[in-house]
Amino acid sequence: MIEIKDLHKSYKMGSNSLHVLKGINFKVDDGELVAIMGSSGSGKSTLLNILGMLDGADSGEYTLDGVPIKNLSETKAAQYRNKFLGFVFQSFNLINYKSALENVALPLYYQKVPRKERQEKAMQYLDRVGLKPWANHLPSELSGGQKQRVAIARAMAAEPKVLLADEPTGALDSKTSYEVMDLIQKINDDGNTILVVTHEEDIAHMCKRIVHLKDGVIVEDKKIEQVRAEQYV
Amino acid sequence: MFNKDRWREILEVLTTNVWRTIFTAFGVCWGIFILIVLLAAGKGLENGIKQDFGDIATNTMFMWTRATTKPYEGLPKGRSFEFKISDVQAIQDNVPNMRFISPRNQLGGFRGSNNVVRGIRTGAYNVYGDYPEIINQDPMTVTSGRFLNFNDIQEKRKVAIIGQGVKNDLYDQDEEVLGTYIKIQGVNFMVIGTYKKNDSGNGEEGQKEIFVPFTSFSQAFNRGENVGWMAITAKDGSSISQLKEKIVKVMKERHKVHPEDTRAIGYFDLYEQYNRVESLFGALKGVAYIVGIMVLLSGIIGVSNIMLIVVKERTKEIGIRRALGEQPWSIKKQILMESIFLTIISGMVGIIFGSLVIYGINSLLDSVGPVDMFMNPSVSIGVVSGALLILTISGLLAGFIPAQSAIRVRPIEALRTE
Repeated sequence: MIEIKDLHKSYKMGSNSLHVLKGINFKVDDGELVAIMGSSGSGKSTLLNILGMLDGADSGEYTLDGVPIKNLSETKAAQYRNKFLGFVFQSFNLINYKSALENVALPLYYQKVPRKERQEKAMQYLDRVGLKPWANHLPSELSGGQKQRVAIARAMAAEPKVLLADEPTGALDSKTSYEVMDLIQKINDDGNTILVVTHEEDIAHMCKRIVHLKDGVIVEDKKIEQVRAEQYV
Repeated sequence: MFNKDRWREILEVLTTNVWRTIFTAFGVCWGIFILIVLLAAGKGLENGIKQDFGDIATNTMFMWTRATTKPYEGLPKGRSFEFKISDVQAIQDNVPNMRFISPRNQLGGFRGSNNVVRGIRTGAYNVYGDYPEIINQDPMTVTSGRFLNFNDIQEKRKVAIIGQGVKNDLYDQDEEVLGTYIKIQGVNFMVIGTYKKNDSGNGEEGQKEIFVPFTSFSQAFNRGENVGWMAITAKDGSSISQLKEKIVKVMKERHKVHPEDTRAIGYFDLYEQYNRVESLFGALKGVAYIVGIMVLLSGIIGVSNIMLIVVKERTKEIGIRRALGEQPWSIKKQILMESIFLTIISGMVGIIFGSLVIYGINSLLDSVGPVDMFMNPSVSIGVVSGALLILTISGLLAGFIPAQSAIRVRPIEALRTE
C-alpha cells in the first residue's frame, strides 16, 4: 500500500539546515495497523506529513497504492489527499462553526457528492463512532473524546486507502485514549490500513507493528502481539 | 457558484463578527453614497441650467446688421444696411443643411413705451413679425386658438397671437380672448391665439410677446422688404457653428460689405453657448465620478484589509480544509465571493440611502417651489447599474490579495499544533 525508498528531508532554519529524515526505507501492506514511535524531534511527524502529502520530500521515492507521489501541484495534491488519505490530528482540528454532521460531511463535499447523499453518509459514519445523537452539536459542545471520534468519522467518510493519525490520543486522558484506540482497532479490523504516530508505549502496543524512529532513521521495526483496547474500556 | 453550502458559509463568516462587518461595509456604503449624491447633484444643476434654455432649438444662430467699418467697392465706411427678404432664399440656396431660416421684425423691446391698446388698457410689449416656422425655433405651447400659418403670410392677415402675460394685462380673468381686437401702434389686429412659453430663462418677459404675420407686420409698420434679424437653425447632425462663417460670407457678398469687415454683421451662436454648458456638465460629471470613486476606493481598501484579517483568523481552518482535500481554487473562490458579496450588499445599501436622500431633496424642492439653477436631481438606471459594476469589480479587487494569501497558506503550517 505504502512504499518509501531512501527518503530525505531537511528544513532550513535561517542559515543552518536541519536534516530531519536521513534515508527512510519503509513498506506498509494492506490492512496493517502501524505505530510510528520516537521521541520528539525524531522526525515522526515530518514522516507523517510527507506520507500525507502535506509536505514534500527532498529526495527519495514514495508510492501510494501504486501511484508515484512526486512533484504534485497543489490542486493534484488536494485531489489525492481527498481520495487516498484520511487525517486524524492531536488537536482534532474540527471546524468550530460547523456541526459534527457538517464536519463529517466536509470531505464528501469536496468530492462533489450531492447534498442529500452526503448527509446520509455522514450520519452513517457518525453512527459508527456512536455519536448519532450529537450530530447537530457544535464541536464546542463535545468532550475531547467525542471530538476525536467526530474527527475519525470525518477521516473515514471519504473512504480513504490509508488513515493517518498524528498523536490521536495526545490530548486525551487514558480512558478516552483507550476508547479512541478501540475505535481505531475496529476500523482496522474492517480491513483499513492505519498509521498512528505516538510516543506512548501502551498506545503503540495496541497496534500490530511498531516502527521506532530515532534521529531521522528507523532503528527498529517489529511486529508485535496486539493488545486489544476493549478490555480497558 | 449558487450552491447552498457556499452561501451558508459566506453568511456564517460575515455574521461571526457582526460589528466588524458593519463597519467595513460602511466604508463602501459611504463611497457609493457620495458617488450617487454627487452625480445626482450634478444632474440637478444640469437640469436647472438646461431649463433656462427651455425647448429652444439649440442648433441655432441669430444674425443682425450693424454699420460697416470698412469702405468697399466705392461705398464709404459707417454705412448702415439691412437684410432683405430675398436674403432668406439666398442663404437657402448657397448654404447646405439649413433647417429653418426665419426672418424677423420687431416692435418695442427693452423698456419700450406703451405700444398696444385695448379699450382703456395699454401695455408695452415686444411685437414680432414672424413666419410660422418660428414656433420650431422658439417653442411655445399654444394654449388656445392657433398659431400663425402660411395663409396668414400669403394674405397679409392682420391677426395676432398673444402671450399669457399680455392676456393677463389686457383682459379680465374670464373674458373671451379669441376674436377680439387689439391695437398695435394704431393698427387693429384680431387675436387668434394665446401661447405659453416653457423656458424660465426670460421669466415674465417671454410671456409678454405678440406674434403677427411677417408680411402684415411689414406692411402695417412700413418695413418694406427689410428684415430686422434672422433666426437660423441648421439640420440635426450639422452644427450651426461650422456653417455660420459661410452664412455671414454670403450676406457680406450680397450687401457689398468688405470681406474682412468683422463688425458689419453681428451674430449670436446659441449652439456654441450650449456646447460650452454641455462640456461644463461633462467636466462636472467627471469630477463627481473621480471624487466618488476615490472615496469608494478607501472603502474597498477597508474591505481588503478585513478580508486579510479573516484569512489570517481562518488560517487553521483553511489548513484543515486543504488537508481534507479542498482545491486551492475553491478556497480562493470562497474568499473572493465573500468579498464581492460584502461590497455589493453594502454598495446596495449605499445606493438605497443615496436614492432616499435624492428623493428627500426632490420632495423638499417640490414643496418650496422652483429654485434657481437647480431642478429634479436624479440618477439614471444606467448610472446605478454602472455603480453596481464598479462595486463588483472592486469587490473582486478587494478580495484578490486576501484570496491569494489564503491559498499560499501551506496546510502543514496551518495545522502545526501550537
